[in-house]
Amino acid sequence: MSILKRRQPNRSRVGDVAVYLVLIMFGAIMVIPLIYAVCHAFKPLDEIYKFPPTILVRNPTLDNFSDLFVTMGQSWVPFTRYIFNTVFITAVGTAGQLLIASMGAYVLAKYDFPGGRKFFTLITTALMFNGYVTSIPSYLIMAKIGWVDSYLAAFVPAFAAPMGIFLMKQFMEGIPDALLDAAKVDGAKEWGIFAKIVMPNVKPAWLTLIIFSVQGLWNNPQSTYIYSEELKTLPYALQQIVAGGVARAGAGAAVTLVMMIVPIGIFIFSESNILETMASSGIKD
Amino acid sequence: MGNILSLYFRKKKRDITIAWKKAKSSKNCYLFILPYAILFTVFFILPICMSLVLSFTYYNVLEPARFIGLTNYKNLILADDVFLIAAKNTFVLAGIIGPVGYIASFLFAWLINELPRYLKAIAIVCFYAPSISGAAFTIWQMIFSNDSYGWVNSLLQEFGMSPVLWLSNPQYMMTVVIIVSLWMSLGSGFLAFVAGLQGVDRAQYEAAYVDGIKNRWQELWYITLPSMKPMLLFGAISSITSAFNVADVPEQLCGFPSTDYAVHTVVSHLKDYGSLRFEMGYASAVATILFLAMLLCNKLVQALLRRVGTN
Repeated sequence: MSILKRRQPNRSRVGDVAVYLVLIMFGAIMVIPLIYAVCHAFKPLDEIYKFPPTILVRNPTLDNFSDLFVTMGQSWVPFTRYIFNTVFITAVGTAGQLLIASMGAYVLAKYDFPGGRKFFTLITTALMFNGYVTSIPSYLIMAKIGWVDSYLAAFVPAFAAPMGIFLMKQFMEGIPDALLDAAKVDGAKEWGIFAKIVMPNVKPAWLTLIIFSVQGLWNNPQSTYIYSEELKTLPYALQQIVAGGVARAGAGAAVTLVMMIVPIGIFIFSESNILETMASSGIKD
Repeated sequence: MGNILSLYFRKKKRDITIAWKKAKSSKNCYLFILPYAILFTVFFILPICMSLVLSFTYYNVLEPARFIGLTNYKNLILADDVFLIAAKNTFVLAGIIGPVGYIASFLFAWLINELPRYLKAIAIVCFYAPSISGAAFTIWQMIFSNDSYGWVNSLLQEFGMSPVLWLSNPQYMMTVVIIVSLWMSLGSGFLAFVAGLQGVDRAQYEAAYVDGIKNRWQELWYITLPSMKPMLLFGAISSITSAFNVADVPEQLCGFPSTDYAVHTVVSHLKDYGSLRFEMGYASAVATILFLAMLLCNKLVQALLRRVGTN
């Protein structure tokens, strides 16, 4: 129990034990339904509809996945095309948002220029408007620019998602001005300060942004602006499979698993970086 | 009179020249924000303004919009009973999910932060996973299923109690929706808190200990919370938006529309008019009212957050 021995100031032993108990209890509540969902994907059909129902799987099988692959093989657009579309849109959308939102966030956080504050208020206000009703006006705008039924309609609006710039700005406020002034004295240009000093210091923020963005784009069926079957995305194709009803219950569970693995995987992959960086960079003044 | 007026204009003119000079000297700032500003205006501000205008029209997508003044708003408040039910449900849901989800996000992020490194990494995945697993929440449909395949009902039967129609009896539907929404509420705010807590300077805690801070709660109030203010603000806005926009969970679990509209929310109502009845003008009016409610709520929360870290 070396964890309990290494004392921090302001911590009581009873409190530490209580913290562990609370976290274990709520952690279990969070995880059990997910385990249920994962096990579901490996259950044979008679186990999915079994009484009394069980959370864990008794005779794990890959039938649901092979069902899914058979159904996938029947689509007239090769299934790899859907996968490519989703990966492409997610990757470009995320990279673009990261660059464009960070540049904007940097000047909003660190400079006081006319209109800056007002623009930021506008961004947080835009966050409150429900995206559903704007889909028709957005469609009209897309049609005017001629982007309907192209990849552009799927990822360019994602570049400007208000959540991303808001997050980056909040984190960049923590960078001490002294650090930027020192760089200016050393003759660094604006772009150099941004790329070499600001960005490395807010690594947890942009990793968080990547996670948000990937998750949003990955799960988005993008069915509003795209009609051509060969431009459609994985979530859209999988939705069609799940729509098959009870006979597809197994394949449906497999779909849920496939869709949740990617965001969680990317999250686990980048998480250790979020935890590491800020603590070791020592930029606080 | 004319004297005051000319004085006013002279002052105005001076203000403008100063602003112009300042703007010219911060040319780089505008260059940095330009790409974002253009995209944001075209794909966010413009559609929002168009929706606001549409809310004063009758617009069925096929015919051109027809200006009808405040009729949509009048009908919403005076003639649409379902909207009033939806508004009430949304207030109850947002009033519980918003604050509880927000406080839980911070509390768990803070408690997890005390864990040693590897346990911390595992705990964060466990708590954050539900909100990024996409459709995984539909598993709750199996857990609360009305028939005997439902996990909760089979437990009830095991103990000799009669099963409950969790997803179609208006008495229980709200509770189920709240449980599932709370399960998913450790989302973007939670992650921002986790990342933000990494940046709190350790030396501050040691200094505070020397200054006579006695326990973890005082430490939280006087040091951790004040240094987390930017993230707290971010978390608040993301909690407000997700709490007021609840619609997927009730629709997937209890059906659309749900029994007696027991878990019909404002966003469900908006989708109903937008995509089933093609009354975009009316749907825009619903969205505008929701928007105003969220703005008000945001003002309140910001005023509260300003008091953090003071006595």
